[in-house]
Amino acid sequence: MNHNYQKDIAGCGLTGLISRKRKRVSGAAISKSLTLMTDRGNGLGAGYAAYGIFPELPEHYAIHAMFDYESSRREMEESLRLRYDIEKIEEIPTTPVGSIKISPKLIRYFVKPKPERLRDANEKDYVVRTVMRVNSQIEGAYIFGSGKNMGVFKGVGNPSEIAEFYKIEEYEGYIWTGHTRFPTNTPGWWGGAHPFTLLDWSIVHNGEISSYGINKRYLEMYGYKLTLLTDTEVAAYILDLLVRKHGLDMRTACSVLAAPFWKDIDRMEEGEREAYIALRSTYGSALLNGPFSLLFGHSNGLVGINDRIKLRPLVAAEKDDMIYMASEESAIREICPTPDKVWAPRAGDPVIVELEDS
Amino acid sequence: MFEIEAKGVYFKELNEMIRAAIKDGEKDITLKNVNGQYYIGTGLCEKVNITIDGVPGNDLAAFMDGPTLLVQSNAQDNIANTMNSGKVVVHGHAGDVLGYGMRGGKLHIKSDVGYRVGIHMKGQKKNSPVIISGGTAGDFFGEYMAGGTLVLLGLEVEDGTPLVGDYLGSGMHGGQIFIRGEVDPTRCGAEVGVMELTEADLKVLRKYLEDFCKDFDLDIEEVMSKPFEKLEPVMARPYGNLYAY
Amino acid sequence: MFKSQALPEFLATIDNDKCIRCKRCIQNCGWSVYEWSGERVLIDSSKCVKCLRCYHYCPVEAIQILDNPTKYKENSSWTFNNIKNLKRQAETGGMPLSGMGCSLPYPILFDSLLLDACQVTNPSIDPLREPMELRTYLGKKPNKVEVERGKDGKLKLKTKMPPRIELSAPFIFSPMSFGAISLNAQKVLAMAAKECGIVMNTGEGGFHEDLKPYSKSVMVQVASGRFGVNPEYLNAGVAVEIKIGQGAKPGIGGHLPGEKIPLQVAKTRMIPVGTDAISPAPQHDIYSIEDLRQLIYAIKEATGYKPVSVKIATVHNVAAIASGIVRAGADIVYLDGFRGGTGAAPSVIRDNLGIPIEHALAAVDDRLRQEGIRNEASVVAAGGIRSAADAAKAIALGADAVAIGTAALMTMGCTVCGKCYTGNCSWGITTQRPELTARLDPEVYGQRLVNLITAWKHELQEILGALGVNAVESLRGSRERLRGVGLDDNILDILGVKPAGR
Repeated sequence: MNHNYQKDIAGCGLTGLISRKRKRVSGAAISKSLTLMTDRGNGLGAGYAAYGIFPELPEHYAIHAMFDYESSRREMEESLRLRYDIEKIEEIPTTPVGSIKISPKLIRYFVKPKPERLRDANEKDYVVRTVMRVNSQIEGAYIFGSGKNMGVFKGVGNPSEIAEFYKIEEYEGYIWTGHTRFPTNTPGWWGGAHPFTLLDWSIVHNGEISSYGINKRYLEMYGYKLTLLTDTEVAAYILDLLVRKHGLDMRTACSVLAAPFWKDIDRMEEGEREAYIALRSTYGSALLNGPFSLLFGHSNGLVGINDRIKLRPLVAAEKDDMIYMASEESAIREICPTPDKVWAPRAGDPVIVELEDS
Repeated sequence: MFEIEAKGVYFKELNEMIRAAIKDGEKDITLKNVNGQYYIGTGLCEKVNITIDGVPGNDLAAFMDGPTLLVQSNAQDNIANTMNSGKVVVHGHAGDVLGYGMRGGKLHIKSDVGYRVGIHMKGQKKNSPVIISGGTAGDFFGEYMAGGTLVLLGLEVEDGTPLVGDYLGSGMHGGQIFIRGEVDPTRCGAEVGVMELTEADLKVLRKYLEDFCKDFDLDIEEVMSKPFEKLEPVMARPYGNLYAY
Repeated sequence: MFKSQALPEFLATIDNDKCIRCKRCIQNCGWSVYEWSGERVLIDSSKCVKCLRCYHYCPVEAIQILDNPTKYKENSSWTFNNIKNLKRQAETGGMPLSGMGCSLPYPILFDSLLLDACQVTNPSIDPLREPMELRTYLGKKPNKVEVERGKDGKLKLKTKMPPRIELSAPFIFSPMSFGAISLNAQKVLAMAAKECGIVMNTGEGGFHEDLKPYSKSVMVQVASGRFGVNPEYLNAGVAVEIKIGQGAKPGIGGHLPGEKIPLQVAKTRMIPVGTDAISPAPQHDIYSIEDLRQLIYAIKEATGYKPVSVKIATVHNVAAIASGIVRAGADIVYLDGFRGGTGAAPSVIRDNLGIPIEHALAAVDDRLRQEGIRNEASVVAAGGIRSAADAAKAIALGADAVAIGTAALMTMGCTVCGKCYTGNCSWGITTQRPELTARLDPEVYGQRLVNLITAWKHELQEILGALGVNAVESLRGSRERLRGVGLDDNILDILGVKPAGR
C-alpha cells in the first residue's frame, strides 16, 4: 500500500452558476465572476467546467486529455481505440497568451465504449476504469474530463489568463463552475488545477480537508486510484461512490460529507435518528473534516456545500431561474448586480439545485 | 407432536422455526430429514422435547439449558458444548469433543464416542453433568475434567480390544470417570489414580445407568454385571509445582 | 530451609527514629515483609515486591523501598533477571512466572511516532468551545447503507443494521476475570464503564451478580476453560468475546493459580476450591478457522445475534489470521499486542513470543482494506496502551478503539510490581484474600478511573483539535497524520507512515 505520497495543499476561491431552465450562458460571465476573486489565488492555477456546451454530440463521452509527450498521446490513443468507438478527435482550441509560456498538448475525444468490449459491464464503471488506468499507468498522459456534453478548461495561470487561453467566452453552457487556486507546493502542473472531474461530476473546492488521509484509504478500498493527491479528487470520488455506486440521493450524500453532529442526531425522531446513526457509523471514513466549501456540478444540477462548522465561506443568490454560488458575494454581484435573494448557507447544509426538466 | 420439515433448510431458518414453534407453546417437536444443520437446540432454555430424524450437525445442544433432544441416528462433533441442563440422547455413535465445558444435564450416546470427550467438564453438588457412552472412546477422555461424571461401558467390545484411548483423564482435577472393564494405568494421565468403586459410587452409578438403560432399552443388571473401575484425580493441584514463584 | 541464592531485588527500610510503631506497614503489606518484634518492626526484604503500599500508608514517611544495592556482578550478557531466574529454576525446577506485560526493553514504536498538527493551510479547532466528537460504534458495518426519503423529507433506514456497541469514546477496558482480579476491582471497572459510557469485559470467570446493574456496559468472555458460561451469561452483556489468545502469552492458555481460587471464585467457575483454574490452549472446539466460525455462530444463535468479538494475541502472521476471523463472521477483532498485561504467564513466554501491537495493527488494517472487508469488523488495539497519545496513534494506524487494562488497574493503586499471580496484591486488586480486597472501595476507585477516562477524552480531543478535525472517525486510519522518527524504511513501510520531514 503506497503511503509515500506528498499531498497537495492549496487555498482558493470558487464560483458557479446554473440556469434551471437550461438557458445557455456564455463563459464570459463565469470568467468575469472568477476574475474578481483573483486575489484568492496566486496565479498558479485556475479553471472552469461547463455543462451543455456540446449539443451536437450530447451522448458521447467527451474525453479531455493533456499530454506531456507525443509518445504518451500515442500510447493513450492506442488504448482508447481498442476500447472505444471514437466519433471525433480535436485539439482543444486555445489562443496564445503572453504569460502562459508552456502548456501541455490538449486534445479532446468524443467516444462511446465498444459494445463488444463493454459486454455486460456498467458503462460508467468502464469509463471510470479507463480514466484510472490512463492516469495511473501512462506516463505523461492525463484525462481531466470524461463527462457527456460537458467540458473542462484548466491550467497554470490566473483566472483571466486561463479564460483567454481557452477562449471560454466562445462556449455556452447552462451550468458553469470556476476556480482560482493558491497552491503552496505545486510543481505547476496543469492537471493539478480545478475543476476536478470524473464522468459528469465536476468539483471545485476551497479549503483543506484534514481527513484526507483516511478518505483516501477508504476510497482505495473501493478501487479508486488517487493519482492527483488533492482534496478535491477525494470529494469527487466519495460522491461517485455514494451517489452513483451506493445509490444515495444527493442530500443524503451531503449528510455523509458534512455529517450532522451526534448531539443533533440524538435529538431526531426515532426513524430518522436510526438512519443517521447508520449513515454516520458506516460512512465515518467518508466524512470530509476540516475547512471546505465545494461546488459540484453534474448533468442534472449544481450543489454547494461547506463544512459542518463553517470554516470556509459560501454565498448563494437567486435571480429568476438562475442560482449563483461563490466564495464571496461580490463575485456574484459582479455578474448579477441585483439578485432577488442572497443568503449564506448554514454550515453543512447543502444548496441543491436541479435543472427543471431533470 | 409438531413436525418441522428440515430438508434443505439452512440452520438459521431451521432454528428460527424451532424457536417460533416453542414460542407458540409446542412441547413436542419433530425435525424431519435433518442432515448436517448446525446448532440444533443451541441456546434453547425451554423444557421441550425435540426428536431429530437424520444426522444433526455440529454444536448440537451448545449452551443448551433445559430441552431434551432425541437423535434417532448418529451424531457429529461438539454435542453438548458448554451445555447447562437438559438431555441429549443419541441412538448411534458420535464424534469428537463432546460435552466440552459441560456444566449440567445428561448426554447419552448409545455406542462409540470420539476424541476429547468430556473435556473440561465442570460440576458442583447441585449441577453435575453426566456423559455415558455405551461403546468405546478415543484419546484424551476426560481431559482437564474439573467435575461431573463420565461413564464408558464398552458393551459390544470384544475382549482384548481397548475400551479407551491414551491420555485418559489427562489434567483431570475434579469429577469422576467410571470404566466398565480394566484400565491400563500406563495410558492414564499423571494426575489420576485408578481405584475400586465404593458402595456409594455403585449406588450413584446404578442410578445413572438405570436412566441410560431406559433410553436404549437395555438390561441394567446385565450392564452392571461386569466390574467397573473408577478414576479420580489424586491431587487437587496437578500443576502446583510447575511454576517458580 | 536454605537461603535462596536468588537475590532480593529490593531492600525495605524503616527509619526507626521516625517510626511511631503504629504497625500500619504490617497490616498493609500483603507479602508479610514486616513483622512485630515486640519493640520494633522487623523486615524480611526477600518478600518485598516494591508495590509501595506500606510507603503510602506510613503516616510519618519512615519507610523507604530501595533497589537492593547488592547485585550480581555487572555483566551485559548475564543480566540480573537472567541470573535470578536461573537460580530460582535451580532451586525449584519450576518455570518462573510473571505478572503484567513484558518489561524488557524492546523498542516501543508508539514512542517513535509523532502526530501532525495544523498550521495556516488548515486550521486547528478549539476543542473546549467547539464540538469535538469521540463517539464510536464497534461492530460490523454494512458495505453501504440504503435509505428512503419520505414525503416529509425525513430519512428512513432500509438496510438492516448489524448489532453494534455504542461507546462515548474509543476506549474500552480489557478483559480481566473475577479470580484474576478481585470482585471489587471488577466493580470499579463496571461502575466506571457505565459512568463513562464505555464497556468493561468480564474476562473468563463468570458474571458475578453484583455486576448486574452495569450489564449494559459489560462484555462477557468465552475462553477455553468455559468458566461460568451458560445461556444467561452469554446474554448478560452487550456482546460476547471469544478469547483465542492473550498478548502476554500467545499460544498458551490461562492459568489462575490455586491461591486465587477461594470458594466464591470456585463456585462461579464450577471447579474445586484451591485447584489451579486452567484455560488450556487452544479452545478445544476450535482447531481450525472453520471451527471458529462454528463457535461464533453458536454464540450468535444462543444470543439472538449479539456482536461477537474475537480476541487474539498478535503473532507473526496476524494479518492473515485477522482476515480469517473477519471472514468467519466476527464483528470485532481484538488484537492484543505482546506488551499486553496478564495476571500470570511463564516469563519465558511473556518475554519472547508474539509481536508488538503497532506492527500488528498496521498489518491487519492494511490487509482488511486490501481485501475490501475493513467494514466487516471493528478492530480493537490493546497491549501496551499507556496514554491518550498511544491511543491516538493506534487510532491513526487504524484501530476503531483501544483497550486498556494495566492503565486502568493503576488508578486502583497498582504500581506494576508484576506479582499478580501470587494472590497477595496489597492494593486488593489481583487477590482474593478478603482482608486485602476489602481495601479497594469501588466507589472511591471507580471515581478515579472515571477521572482517568475523562482526562484521556480531553487529551484525545485536544489532539483532534490540533489535527483540525472534530470527529474521531477522521483520525481513524489516517496514517497521513503520523510521521516516524528514527525508524528504518522497512518499519515505515509496515506502518504505512512517512518519515518526519516528508
